[in-house]
Amino acid sequence: MKKFFAIAIVFCILIAGCTDTKSRSTGVYMLLDTSGTYAVELTKAQKILNYLLGVLAPGDTLAVARIDTGSFSEKDIVAKITFDDRPSVANNQKRAFMNQVDTFVRSVKGSPYTDISGGILQAIEYLNEAGSGKKYILIFSDLKEELAKGYKRDLPFQLPDFNVIALNVTKLRGDNIDPKEYMARVEDWRGKVEKGGGDWGMINDLERLDNIFSN
Amino acid sequence: MTFTNMLNITSSPALSVLIWIVLLLLALYFARRPFHRAVMSFSKIIQNALRFTAASVLSAEKRLVKRNREVMMAAGLENAERIVEREFDRISAAVTRDLEGYPNVHRQLSELITKLDEDYNSSADVPPSLPNWMPIIESIAKIKHTGDSMVANMLAEINRSLTEQNRKAIEDYRNSTAARHSILSKMMPFWRKVEKFLDRIDRSIISIKKRSKTVDRYMDEYEKIRSGSDKAARALSTSAMTQFAIAGLVLLIAIGGAIINFNLIALPMSEMVGGASYIGSFKTSDVAGLVIILVELTMGLFLMESLRITRLFPIIGAMDDKMRHRMIIVTFTLLAILAGVESALAFMRDRIAHDMEALRQTLAGAEQIALNPSVIPTVGQMVMGFILPFALAFVAIPLEMFVASSRTVLGALAAWLLRMLAFLLRLLGNVGFYAGRFIINVYDLAIFPTIWLEGVILGSRAKKAGISEAERPDDSPLVEEAVDAYEGTLKIKEPQE
Repeated sequence: MKKFFAIAIVFCILIAGCTDTKSRSTGVYMLLDTSGTYAVELTKAQKILNYLLGVLAPGDTLAVARIDTGSFSEKDIVAKITFDDRPSVANNQKRAFMNQVDTFVRSVKGSPYTDISGGILQAIEYLNEAGSGKKYILIFSDLKEELAKGYKRDLPFQLPDFNVIALNVTKLRGDNIDPKEYMARVEDWRGKVEKGGGDWGMINDLERLDNIFSN
Repeated sequence: MTFTNMLNITSSPALSVLIWIVLLLLALYFARRPFHRAVMSFSKIIQNALRFTAASVLSAEKRLVKRNREVMMAAGLENAERIVEREFDRISAAVTRDLEGYPNVHRQLSELITKLDEDYNSSADVPPSLPNWMPIIESIAKIKHTGDSMVANMLAEINRSLTEQNRKAIEDYRNSTAARHSILSKMMPFWRKVEKFLDRIDRSIISIKKRSKTVDRYMDEYEKIRSGSDKAARALSTSAMTQFAIAGLVLLIAIGGAIINFNLIALPMSEMVGGASYIGSFKTSDVAGLVIILVELTMGLFLMESLRITRLFPIIGAMDDKMRHRMIIVTFTLLAILAGVESALAFMRDRIAHDMEALRQTLAGAEQIALNPSVIPTVGQMVMGFILPFALAFVAIPLEMFVASSRTVLGALAAWLLRMLAFLLRLLGNVGFYAGRFIINVYDLAIFPTIWLEGVILGSRAKKAGISEAERPDDSPLVEEAVDAYEGTLKIKEPQE
C-alpha cells in the first residue's frame, strides 16, 4: 500500500512538472477614438471587434475602451472579458460582448479631446494584470492626439512583449495638403512604441485584419 | 636564400638552374630508398588497418546473420507450433463433440437394431396351417358313394366343411401376410434413422481424417524448420518480409483511423478539460483525447491477448481460463464504455460545431436563419465514434505481426549494411595501398635520369663482373623488397579473415 502511494505521489509530481505554467493566452485591448471627427468611423470598429470575437479562443482576454479627454481610467473601459475555458460558454460570452459593444456604438457621444497616450497606459496596466502571453493593443484612431489643458502624458511607455497596431488611420484634411504631417504623426507613434520596447504595426485596409495576429 | 640568389650561384642563370636540378635529382635519388619505405609503410598501415576493420565488421555481420537466423527459426517454430496446436484444438473439439454424443448414438442404434430384429422375427412368422385332420376328411370325401342318401348327405357335409375350412385358412393366411407387410413397412423409418446415424459418424471420421492430414503437413513444415534447413530459412525470410510489408500497411491504415478518431473527440474534450490549459507545448484537451485513444488501443491489445489471438503479453496468455474469461469480460466492457463515451463526444462535437457556426454567422452580420440541421451527420459521427474503438482494437494483430517480422527484417537490413561497410573498408584499404604505389612510381618518374644512370652504371659493372643481362634485376631491389613484404603480410592476414 505504501509502495502504491509512493508511486502515485511520484506520478502526480511528474504530471505537475509537465504542466506548462507559461501563459499561451492572447490579450487584446482595443482603443476606440470617440473624438468628434472620428466617431463616425465606429461602425468599422464594430466589424473589427466581430473579427476579433471570431478568432479569439477560450481563455483569451478582450477589452474595449474609448479614447476621450482623459483615457487613463477604468471608467473608459466599455467592455472587458476573459473567455471561459469551455467553448460553449465562451460562445455565449462572445454574443453578450457583441451586444454590449453594439449598445455602446449606438449611444456614444463624441469627446472634445483625444487622449491616446492615456488609453495606451491603461491598456498596458490592464493586459499586464490579465497575465496574457501575447499582448496586443489595437488603436482605432487617426492618431491625432489632443490633450486637454493640464493633462500630462510625457512619461515613456513600458511595452516589452506588446504589439501595438494602429487601425484605420484616416488622413485628415491637413494631411491631404501636406502628407508629411501624416507621416510625421505615424512615425512619432512608432518611435514612442519602439522606444518602449514594443512592436509597431499599422493596418488601414480592413480586409487584411488577419495580419493583426501574424506576429 | 631567395629564388634570385639561387639563380646567381653562377654567372649564367641557366647553368645555375641546371646545377640546382642536378643537385635536387641527386638528393631525391639518395632519399629514394627511405622515401619508398616510408610511403610503402604508410600505405600498408592504411591497408592493413582497413582490412582488419573490414574483417571485424564481417565477423560482426556473420554473428548478426547467425543470430537473425536463430531468431527467425525460433519465430518460425513458434508459429508452426501455434498452428499445430490450433489444429489439435480443433481435432480435440471435433472428437469431444462427436464422442460426447457417441454413447447416446450407440444406445439409439442398439435400440433400433433390437427393434428391427424383433420386427424381422415377427415378419418371419409362418402362416396358420390347416388342421391335421383335414387329409383324413379329404380321403373320406373322395370315397365313391353308391347312391345312399345318408352317405351322400354325409359326404356333402364333409365337402361343405372342407370348403369352409379352406376359405377360412386362405383368409387367415392373407391376414397374416398383411400383418407381416405392415411390420416390414414400419421398419423403414428405423432403417433410415440407422442410416442417418451412420452417415453422421462417417462425416465425423472424414473430418478428423482431413484434419489429421493438415496436422501431418504442418508437422512436416515444423520438422523442416527444426532441422534448420536453408530452404526453410529462405521461406521464413520471404514470409517475414511479406508480413512486414502487409503489417506496416495495415498499421498505416490504423494510424489514419486513429487520427480521424482523434479529430472526432479533441474539440469536445476541451469542453470537459478546458481549452486553455497546456501540458508541455500541447493542449490538455488534445492530450486527453490522445490518452482516450491510447487507452482504447491498450484495451484492444489486452482483449486480443485474453482471446489468445495475439501473444504480445505471455503473462496474459498463461493465465488460467477462468481468469482469462474475466479479463475478456472486463476489457470488452471497458472498450464498450469507451466507445459509448466517444459516441457521446462525437455528438457533443456536432453541437459545438453547430453553435460555432451560428456564432460566426452572427459575427459576420448575416441574418440568423433558423437552422434545422439534418440528423444524418450527427448520427454518422456518433456511429463512427462508437465503431472506431472496436476497429482499433484489432490493431493488436498487425502490431504483433509487425513487431515479430521487424526483428527479421531489421536484422537482415543491419547485416546488409555491415556487408556494405566491410566492402567499403576493403575498397578503401586497396585504394590506400595502390595510392602508395602510385606515389612511388611518380617519384621514380620524377628522378628517372638518375635511375637511368644507375642502370647504365650497374650494367657496365655487371659486364665487368661477367653477369648476363637476364640475371640482372629490372628494378631497384628496394621496391621488390617492399612489395614482397606487403604480399607476405597479405598471406598472414588472409587466414585471419
